[in-house]
Amino acid sequence: MSFPWAKQYTPANGLTKFLDEKLPLPRLVYNAVGAGYPVPRNLSYFWNFGVLAGFFLVLQIVTGVILAMHYAANAQVAFATTEHIMRDVNWGWMMRYAHANGASFFFIVVYIHIFRGLFYSSYKAPREMIWLLGVVIFLLMMATAFMGYVLPWGQMSFWGAKVITGLFGAIPLVGEPIQIWLLGGFAPDNAALNRFFSLHFLLPFVIAGVVILHIWALHIPGSSNPTGVEVKSESDTLPFHPYYTAKDGFGLGVALLFFFALVFFLPNALGHPDNYIQANPLSTPAHIVPEWYFWPFYAILRAFTMDFILPAKLWGVLGMFSAILCWFFLPWLDKSPVRSGHYRPLFRKFFWFGLIPTMAVLFWCGGAPAEEPYVMLSQIATAYYFLHFLVILPIVSQIEKPEPLPYSITEAVLGSDKKAVLGENTEPAV
Amino acid sequence: MIRLISILIGLGFALVAVVSFGVGAYTWATEESEGHLPYEHPRDIAYSFDGPIGTWDYAQLQRGYKVYKEVCSACHSLKFVALRNLSELGYSEAQVKAEAATWQVPGIDPNTGEANMRPGEPTDYFPSPYPNAVAAAAANNNAIPPDLSLITKARHDGTNYVASLLTGYQEPSAELLAEHPEAAPGPGLHHNPYFPNLNLAMAPPLTSAGQVTFDDGTESTIPNMARDVAAFLTWTAEPTLVKRKQTGWAVLIFVLFATVLAYFSKQQIWAAAKPNRRKD
Repeated sequence: MSFPWAKQYTPANGLTKFLDEKLPLPRLVYNAVGAGYPVPRNLSYFWNFGVLAGFFLVLQIVTGVILAMHYAANAQVAFATTEHIMRDVNWGWMMRYAHANGASFFFIVVYIHIFRGLFYSSYKAPREMIWLLGVVIFLLMMATAFMGYVLPWGQMSFWGAKVITGLFGAIPLVGEPIQIWLLGGFAPDNAALNRFFSLHFLLPFVIAGVVILHIWALHIPGSSNPTGVEVKSESDTLPFHPYYTAKDGFGLGVALLFFFALVFFLPNALGHPDNYIQANPLSTPAHIVPEWYFWPFYAILRAFTMDFILPAKLWGVLGMFSAILCWFFLPWLDKSPVRSGHYRPLFRKFFWFGLIPTMAVLFWCGGAPAEEPYVMLSQIATAYYFLHFLVILPIVSQIEKPEPLPYSITEAVLGSDKKAVLGENTEPAV
Repeated sequence: MIRLISILIGLGFALVAVVSFGVGAYTWATEESEGHLPYEHPRDIAYSFDGPIGTWDYAQLQRGYKVYKEVCSACHSLKFVALRNLSELGYSEAQVKAEAATWQVPGIDPNTGEANMRPGEPTDYFPSPYPNAVAAAAANNNAIPPDLSLITKARHDGTNYVASLLTGYQEPSAELLAEHPEAAPGPGLHHNPYFPNLNLAMAPPLTSAGQVTFDDGTESTIPNMARDVAAFLTWTAEPTLVKRKQTGWAVLIFVLFATVLAYFSKQQIWAAAKPNRRKD
């Protein structure tokens, strides 16, 4: 699908004509990210982060495949082969630092991408499917990142694997057998390491597949935009190429500056020193913490400290999974007809003064040791987190009186949209 | 309907979290929490490899290597470092060969097939002082001396931590013992404020000035020996540290140039699209 004024692909030479008949790949690219995809003309830089996420997925796959050529998933030698990559493999240190920090950057850009989706309610009709697939991608990313962190077989790898698989032990009755089945043993060892490696290699390609569905679903209604007003006429859009390819190119350059600064000058800043100690089942680290991108959910896991009908541990596990699973229902919980937070005064207040500080507190507490006052803070933040998505959002969308919207994207950008009013959208504004 | 269920679930989770908070706050307010032992953060020492343009001080690395060889290697292995890697410290090929031969490594007698010890070659790795972990534990009051290859990356602020720890041995102060009686060193333990437990099994390894003779005339004080061996262990933990920073500058300058070009081309392409864009 596309808007009726989308530019049509015309093969220019013999080769592209041949391809267009046999396998219209150039046409697909032209319509997906080329001149054939009309995009709202008013996208801010927040709309760069989808392309950035795609870039970091590709970077992770490329560096990961290279690392896998030199790594051995065996508990006896995994730590040593990781050091072999760091010391003896040509540019191995760069590949590994790029892969480890690439995971962090993948999460940074995806968190900003989700943040944008939440503020501009990009999940609302007609874009529910894009959002649902996005949440699936996020869950797959978390599983992949968790298993990847186990592979170097350092102390945090081992104890992180033990804690996270231990969560399944909280399931009533069948918890312990499930945990043993998942690990292939009573504690993380060769069996677990080997299957984690296998899945860590597989899942990125599953993610790539879901990303294709995510983009496919995006091209049905077209991109959202900061006003939340749907595209009405040709003057509301610009072709993706060259306008947004150029803008994304600049955005990618800026992101890479930050990324390479970290890779080459602070490569271990986001890691944990304990993971440079070889895994030792007999020595528990003082503080077991996951990677930073799991901190908010780790804080929610640890916030439930009281047996209340169910055991505290089960509450924690339910809370942690529900914290993400509730995102699946957002399109049906937030019934406000207005998308953009810019025109929703009450929603905006809860978003900036409720959700954002809550996420900051959860991030902070998730990385802190499990002691007071961090636990108490994370309990308050956890309560607000669930209230925000499951209680406040449905109620606010009912009682809020939105501010007036611009008539069209063109009016929002150019100040007036005479042609749209007169219905004379025959030529592009560019 | 879905919103009603959602509100109920949301209130449920919030209620349990708030009750957990109430119980936790009550416990916190009424019960004395066990305080942490007050250990000190490592002292900041200036090194040539600090900062974005830092480089190795090869004389310092060679001095540090000598400290490791004559003091630390009695108990600590360096298993991820090969003797050939010594060439990166500024030694010539012949020097590396001669230096390698001063280490005794486990070998096999070519005539009988029995295990023996032979002089090391550049292709060998640094030998461990103990045949296995049980022997290491037995010789050290059950505390296995950690491998030092990665020690400066395996501790917060590792380089400064190693130097501070080596120079930090002292008697516990009277105030500390008054406040934390459990901080008194047990049998076979030694007080050191930079160690998170405050007491560690390792006896002070650097005990007197001149313990290691430096060939380049640097004064062999305890702080100097500690500083230099910490520098050497920074190199063993990340031999590519300097190459990493140098590569980083080339990459950043390239990407910065590309980003500036990308910015101007974006500006030029967009100039046509927004004649009088309103400020939002």
